[in-house]
Amino acid sequence: MKRRSLLTAAAATLATPSLLTRAHAATAVGVTATEIKIGHIVAYSGPASAYGAIGRGHVAFWKMINDQGGINGRKINFITLDDGYAPPKTVEQARRLVEQDEVAFLFNPLGTPNNSAIQKYMNSKKVPQLFVATGAEKWGDYQHFPWTMGWQPSYQTEAQIYAKYILKNKPDAKIALLYQNDDFGKDYLAGLKVGLGAQFDKMVIKIVSFEVTDATIDSQAVTLKDSGADTLVTAATPKFAAQMIRKVADIGWKPLHFLTHVSASVGAVINPAGPERAVGIITSQYAKDPTDPTWADDKGMNEWRAYMKAHMPDSDVADSGYVFSYGVCHTMLQVLKQCGNDLSRENIMHQAASLKDLAIPTLLPGVLINTSATNFHPIRSMKLSKWDGKTWSLFGDVITG
Amino acid sequence: MDGVLHQVFSGIASGGIYASIALALVMIFTATHHVNFAQGEMAMFSTYIALTLIQAGVPYWIAFFATVIFAMVVGVIVQKVLMEPLMNAPVLASVGVFIGLLFIFNSTAGWIFTYTLKPFPSPFGEGGPLFGGFFSRHELGSTAITLVVLLSVWAFFRFTRLGLAMRAAAYNPTSSRLSGVPVATMLALGWGLASGIGAIAGMMVAPIVFLDPNMMAGVLLYAFAGALLGGITNPLGAVVGGFIVGVIENLGGAYVVGTELKLSMALIIIVVVLTLKPAGLFGKVLSSRV
Repeated sequence: MKRRSLLTAAAATLATPSLLTRAHAATAVGVTATEIKIGHIVAYSGPASAYGAIGRGHVAFWKMINDQGGINGRKINFITLDDGYAPPKTVEQARRLVEQDEVAFLFNPLGTPNNSAIQKYMNSKKVPQLFVATGAEKWGDYQHFPWTMGWQPSYQTEAQIYAKYILKNKPDAKIALLYQNDDFGKDYLAGLKVGLGAQFDKMVIKIVSFEVTDATIDSQAVTLKDSGADTLVTAATPKFAAQMIRKVADIGWKPLHFLTHVSASVGAVINPAGPERAVGIITSQYAKDPTDPTWADDKGMNEWRAYMKAHMPDSDVADSGYVFSYGVCHTMLQVLKQCGNDLSRENIMHQAASLKDLAIPTLLPGVLINTSATNFHPIRSMKLSKWDGKTWSLFGDVITG
Repeated sequence: MDGVLHQVFSGIASGGIYASIALALVMIFTATHHVNFAQGEMAMFSTYIALTLIQAGVPYWIAFFATVIFAMVVGVIVQKVLMEPLMNAPVLASVGVFIGLLFIFNSTAGWIFTYTLKPFPSPFGEGGPLFGGFFSRHELGSTAITLVVLLSVWAFFRFTRLGLAMRAAAYNPTSSRLSGVPVATMLALGWGLASGIGAIAGMMVAPIVFLDPNMMAGVLLYAFAGALLGGITNPLGAVVGGFIVGVIENLGGAYVVGTELKLSMALIIIVVVLTLKPAGLFGKVLSSRV
């Protein structure tokens, strides 16, 4: 009986959506005088289970906030679920969080295909899908999906930053692009187009794609070298990035090589490919690397290290997942503080889109978080860094894409 | 011109990868008349065993042979435990088991060894590229190993009584049994040898594509194509087929249809060849008398 009346109510809402939204007040679901219920989905199992560290970091962070008394007297009830990085499972978990647990919003669900799978659902339900853990450009589409927002710099932003650097420092560059033939890789192509503008057709002399099912990208590397390009942009996931770094060195090609920060992992890409082959490669960063000695005495990182020591003493402090978690949780914390006592979904979304020059302890100095009603890309700045044979070293100014 | 040569050589290098797995497919097909979809995953798993041994300080070639023996034992066990009870079941049942094995080996490897990419050492030395960058030492060495395996497989089936008995057991189990061939043992041996050859292929492929649990996913597809093109009953044909697929794929991708369609183009050529010559370029036409 209860179910039926719920369904009827839902049908009524669907029938007259415009009337409802215009007429009345905002909806506060998942919030009581003493609690805010937050939903989260990440891969604790399956091929991407390494990202589970992010979820464990979140749990520790909100527990710390609760221990400190919560936000405006409200404690955080943080519900985190596993989707094994499988989009159908993400849908199932999102429905459970929204309909059964009735959370106020979803925070930082992980994965591009996973968030794509629930984006329409979240927007039709008008439940915020905030600060998603993926770098696709589409999380900033405020016109079509006003309930979804990204956090980290998008792949397009990153490509635009490389384009800006090239235009300024190597204006006569002949650029070759290798991209993975999927949403991830195509974002780099789109970003270069935007970033180089009218110069794109003149400067980019060869574009080659590959499929993730390809055994090797040797043929593509040879094609790109033969084009006569002197600058290379590689938009590839770790396995193919490592192959590319090795092949480029082995065929004696020495381009100015830009590598997506997705594949900048020393352990998973640079070391397998051979650290000496990667010398001179440029990538970009927006957060502080926990293994970089530059930050050994940094105030923000000391704060993070103290937090790790107090709340996650047994975790690996070299795992950047924890740094990521701390940064994105801090952003969320700021939004909830800004909300004050109006924790309706509308106001949570409104406050998320009203962040001004927010500095986060774990982000690079100068990388500030800014959002507005027409900017759903919180982080748009990065700094370039170069592989010197032993470590990535930052250089130049913060560039905004 | 330099570009075309480069593409051809790079195609031969990847063709060598396909050829080595294609050989394992030929082995299992000749010995059991089945095509094992889990062949690539079993090879990948063995390669992890080799890496573990090498990291524990075992010299490369000892680890190499230990791994081959380990793989053969695993192959025999899989046949005895999983396939033998299905001997008289419909082919679909076996296909189900193959696909199940594929997932089991893949997830187990991920669980034990993690999904992080790992470099795998080459026995031929890192060294710089040879012949003006056309070939790396490892590509040359692994191609040589593939040819050695090819010769052994061919000689084994052609000249030894055991090879003859295995072929007979796969071709006509009932008659073989009546002539005194221990069919069950022959099938188990076939699985063992195929698994061993797969392990060699895995250890030759890993230094090129890097080792991770999904290392073989793409390779197996091309290996199938190569084996079918050359003829899955003929070791030489499968190897030549592997090389042809590698070269066609590269040249087509670079100059004809673009990288997005290069696999499709290779597969279309194979379909055409198989339509005209169903047993493959070098295959023997099999006919069973009932």
